[in-house]
Amino acid sequence: MTTQTQPRTSPEIGGMGHSVKRKEDPRFIRGAGEYIEDVVLPGMLWMDIVRSPYAHATIKSIDASEALKIPGVLAVITGADLEKAGLHWMPTLAGDKQMVLPTTTVMYQSQEVAAVVATDRYAAADGIAAVYVDYEPLPVIVDPFKALEPDAFVLRPDRGPDKANNHIWHWESGDRAAADAALAKAEVKVSQDIYIPRIHVASIETCGCIADWDAVRGQLTLHMTSQAPHAIRTVLALVSGLPEQNIRVKTHDIGGGFGGKVPVYPGYVLAVVASLTVGKPVKWIEDRSENLQADSFARDYHIHAEMSATREGKITGLKVKTIADHGYTDAAADPSKFPAGLFNVITGSYDFPDAFVEVDGVYTNKPPGGVAYRCSFRVTEAVHAIERMVDILAHDIGKDPAQLRMENFIQPEQFPYKTPTGWEYDSGNYGVALQKAMDMIGYADLRKEQAEKRARGELMGIGISSFTEIVGAGPSKDFDIIGIKMFDSCEIRVHPTGKVIARIGVQSQGQGHETTFAQIIAEELGFPVGDVKIEYGDTDTAPYGLGTYASRSTPVAGAATAIASRKIRDKARKIAAHLLECAEDDLDWEPGKFTVKGSPDRFKTIQEISFAAYTNHPQGMEAGLEAVDYYDPPNLTFPFGSYICVVDIDKGTGQVKIRRFVAVDDCGNIINPMIVDGQIHGGLTMGFAPALLESITYDELGNNLAGTFMDYLLPTAVETPRWELDKTITPSPHHPIGAKGVGESATVGAPPAIVNAVVDALWHLGVRNIDIPMTPQKIWAILHEKGIS
Amino acid sequence: MTTQHIRVTVNGTEHEADVEPRLLLVHLLRENFGLTGTHVGCDTSNCGACTIHFDGMSAKSCTMLAVQADGAEIKTIEGMADGAALHPLQQAFWDQHGLQCGFCTPGMIMQSAWLLGQNPDPDEDQIREGISGNLCRCTGYVNIVKAIQQAAGELRSADAAK
Amino acid sequence: MIPPVFDYVRPSDLGEALRILKEREGEAKVLSGGYSLLPLMKLRLAQPALLVDLRDVGGLDAITRTGDEFQIGGRATHRRILEDAALGAALPIMPDAAAGIGDPQIRNWGTIGGSVAHADPSADWPAVLQALHASIVLQSADGERVVPARGFFIDTFVTGIEPTEILTEIRIPVPAGRTGGSYKKLERRAGDFSTVGAAVQMTLGADGRIGQIGIGLTAVGDAPFAATDAEDALRGAQPGDEMFRSAAGAASRQSRPANDSHGPAEYKRAMVIEMTFRALRAALARAQG
Repeated sequence: MTTQTQPRTSPEIGGMGHSVKRKEDPRFIRGAGEYIEDVVLPGMLWMDIVRSPYAHATIKSIDASEALKIPGVLAVITGADLEKAGLHWMPTLAGDKQMVLPTTTVMYQSQEVAAVVATDRYAAADGIAAVYVDYEPLPVIVDPFKALEPDAFVLRPDRGPDKANNHIWHWESGDRAAADAALAKAEVKVSQDIYIPRIHVASIETCGCIADWDAVRGQLTLHMTSQAPHAIRTVLALVSGLPEQNIRVKTHDIGGGFGGKVPVYPGYVLAVVASLTVGKPVKWIEDRSENLQADSFARDYHIHAEMSATREGKITGLKVKTIADHGYTDAAADPSKFPAGLFNVITGSYDFPDAFVEVDGVYTNKPPGGVAYRCSFRVTEAVHAIERMVDILAHDIGKDPAQLRMENFIQPEQFPYKTPTGWEYDSGNYGVALQKAMDMIGYADLRKEQAEKRARGELMGIGISSFTEIVGAGPSKDFDIIGIKMFDSCEIRVHPTGKVIARIGVQSQGQGHETTFAQIIAEELGFPVGDVKIEYGDTDTAPYGLGTYASRSTPVAGAATAIASRKIRDKARKIAAHLLECAEDDLDWEPGKFTVKGSPDRFKTIQEISFAAYTNHPQGMEAGLEAVDYYDPPNLTFPFGSYICVVDIDKGTGQVKIRRFVAVDDCGNIINPMIVDGQIHGGLTMGFAPALLESITYDELGNNLAGTFMDYLLPTAVETPRWELDKTITPSPHHPIGAKGVGESATVGAPPAIVNAVVDALWHLGVRNIDIPMTPQKIWAILHEKGIS
Repeated sequence: MTTQHIRVTVNGTEHEADVEPRLLLVHLLRENFGLTGTHVGCDTSNCGACTIHFDGMSAKSCTMLAVQADGAEIKTIEGMADGAALHPLQQAFWDQHGLQCGFCTPGMIMQSAWLLGQNPDPDEDQIREGISGNLCRCTGYVNIVKAIQQAAGELRSADAAK
Repeated sequence: MIPPVFDYVRPSDLGEALRILKEREGEAKVLSGGYSLLPLMKLRLAQPALLVDLRDVGGLDAITRTGDEFQIGGRATHRRILEDAALGAALPIMPDAAAGIGDPQIRNWGTIGGSVAHADPSADWPAVLQALHASIVLQSADGERVVPARGFFIDTFVTGIEPTEILTEIRIPVPAGRTGGSYKKLERRAGDFSTVGAAVQMTLGADGRIGQIGIGLTAVGDAPFAATDAEDALRGAQPGDEMFRSAAGAASRQSRPANDSHGPAEYKRAMVIEMTFRALRAALARAQG
């Protein structure tokens, strides 16, 4: 696979490497986007949801009589109503089950308890305020370690008497004996507990849907915010019994997903039930508070890591044990064989032989979820841990953290590299990326400055994160979600006048697919990018795909697009040979045309060929010019990068100020540099926010203490650092266009760089680790304890 | 349900409606007048996705009532372009990749337009402070700042040319 | 997200507004900017039966100076206060505070009178007004009374205002001589309520000693309050860092911060010291400069 550093096509064609302005923007900048809340259907009703104030309680009664008296309120749906149809529980994407509405017990604060259907939004809001639920509180478990104690309240009695505990599953990877042996004989050992708290994606658009049951046609259309419309359709078919060809899931413009719009939330199912019941379209749009308090969280991993090394700092082994707090059910949308996602990529960018990773999932009285917030299936957690351990090791033995990384990196000639936990990294050049970052930030000078400042008692820190990402799920032999393999797809049709429509199985929520996928086709076939229309999100027309999350669109659907394009190119060659009356082998291809070898004036453009496909195709050949590809990736792809962060700490207040942050990313061959940079800017911001600002915490009664935007703190333009970006390009050898995917890299790589910087600033005071978010009060408490503040 | 009769000028066009006092201004615009470019992103007046101009001042339309707008002049994102001609801010957001999912964009553009009306030549700190009431989850703000800088330059040149 | 049902009236002058408040005593709530009240109503934490919108009531938003006193109309927005050149020159503590209230959109519409009458325990103006020894003018259908800011803020969301009154004006004396003030706000993020807000206004005598001193604190008690112990320690003293730290300590001991999402009480008490200290230093610099 060749490295592509310069575009091969003209700007008019706009193939790979061109920063083509986005084709989707004209509607957004005019306010003419069509988000779910903008969709209005004739006769449409509104649904709102009654939610539990308690984290764990028995429902003694639900009195909807006052609500039903309110003008405009048409119906109130409770768990008892759903139970009659066997719909009160539904499967999760992780093979567990979750309540649509409870019949006896609520399990987390803000859990859905009843649904009110009304003629308009305001009546529905009045309706939910008039539904009176009598609760009897039960003991609450918010600490997963307490949940595992032998006498803990069993939160899920529905699992049966032989599973009378709160332990969900145990998962392991690697070689326990080898890791133990490495630790036993280690010259140097580092051990650390790391807690990565719950956070929430909080895309600016919340979740919502319109369920539209057409009884005459027997057709259910579900307009919704979904990152995976086809999977939703299949799940709906299996759960509802409606024939799958009569279910249509249609996404519109989505205002950010980040993983939070993958799960099937009870609200969607309730809207479907409501529509089936009243025979009209039913719209449900959740409020921000509902979104923050009930929808899929991310992280909540309690990690215990041990690393072994030589006294010179050569890593020899890694052993990790993690308790995963999943809330009251496992609804993490992981591939089915990976209940802890791709967490075992935790060996990182480093070359060492022995590792063992084990994870135990636990139930608590909190909302379900787990993989969201750009985590790449738990890679944020893994990279946070390994990059912290590497830094602690460096500081422990007194070696510069950049130097230690350089000495431990997997070297370019070692790729493809098999990790001790079974992944085969496709390509990498870690040292070059780190050196580039060091040069950009002026690393040596910064270390000098730090020494001078430290002598004066000023707190300045430098932190590095050299991460390896793992994306593009995934090969069919290992990857499925509820049994559906994780291929993805592209279907391309060329019109007689040389214009193209292509449909893909993935789903943009802002990633720019209407532009980047058109650019892939432009690259492969030479159609100008403006002549290529990309569609997705309507399950009636788009080929089956598993959707967009875990940075899989370019690695999987992007590959399908390239392969489908090449199928078209193969047919185009035959047509060209027919038109030019020569053998296929006598033709040279360049984007946009076939030319007879040695006769530059004898050529056919792709547009002429397109016309001929309908008007003058060879006898015996099918007319038309189209192709479809379902791509089964042979492996995942492994983007990587090195980030360096400089912080100054205000000793008076404990505030951390990021002075500079340099990010060098490698996502292989780049389709659109401007869009890639945009993904990194956004990803870095979603890495910095959990490091310093965001977390969801619960008190001992299970009350969510950050349930609105007043306390769940998204960064504004004022706090957000001014990111500095650069690139290296190391293509993926197995990917048709050498691209790797990039959407989540920055969210994965950034937090440990910031933590490493802050700990670096405080190491000389005896600080070894700080859990995120590193709030001013946390830092101040450390300084106060050390007598510094 | 008692209603009040209101007259509101939106993007230069006078509208009338009979509304409950509790109807939020953002819902009046979106649902009564069909101007769905203004978005709702939160319920505690933090996110700014609902930002419009109310009598020339930027305002969060989710935190105001339709009845407060009786007699007022409102401008929304739909009123920024002049027919087919984009406002320099709209053009600049496009040129500089200042949007990804697009959901915060109308509010961001309206706030930026008001900001540049107040301060035609803001430095980066002033821009970031000026949009501190508008949350974006996708862009990390870098390209939004560039877009506002580009538009500021365009608007200053256009003014100078007059 | 959706408020409950209520009635709405928009009187055309102050007299009509005050009449309505008297007739509907207890049921009516004044709507000024609405950026404090409406969010509470959307969460259904406030459910007034009647909103009295002051939008058409003119004459309540001016900022004027008469001799040694500024009169700030109750309906002056935070933005207008921020941008008033004369006010900012004489009392820079005012734009200090205005600049940090909410975000630009909130500053366009929120009013000082509305904010003060609402009395959020973390609001910024109550601390500043107490530091400035300001007075608050309250009008009802039965007349007018003027009360000191000190003593007006009684409890969380509770002030000395009657349900029949409108806060029409705030009067701020401009101290004579070498005076300087500063407002230091510690917040978690731009647009946030204060974790701690410290307001200081000090006047220096000819001998350089502190004459008049006012210190107001917010977010560290049931209501914003005047740090009188710290003031007593500073009055008549020579200004200096050690003096300031000691006085800030007294302010901290007078605070009653709660544990909440802004941080634990211990942290906040330490931040009272830090922010009061910084405000004292900045006020001194302005007084000397």
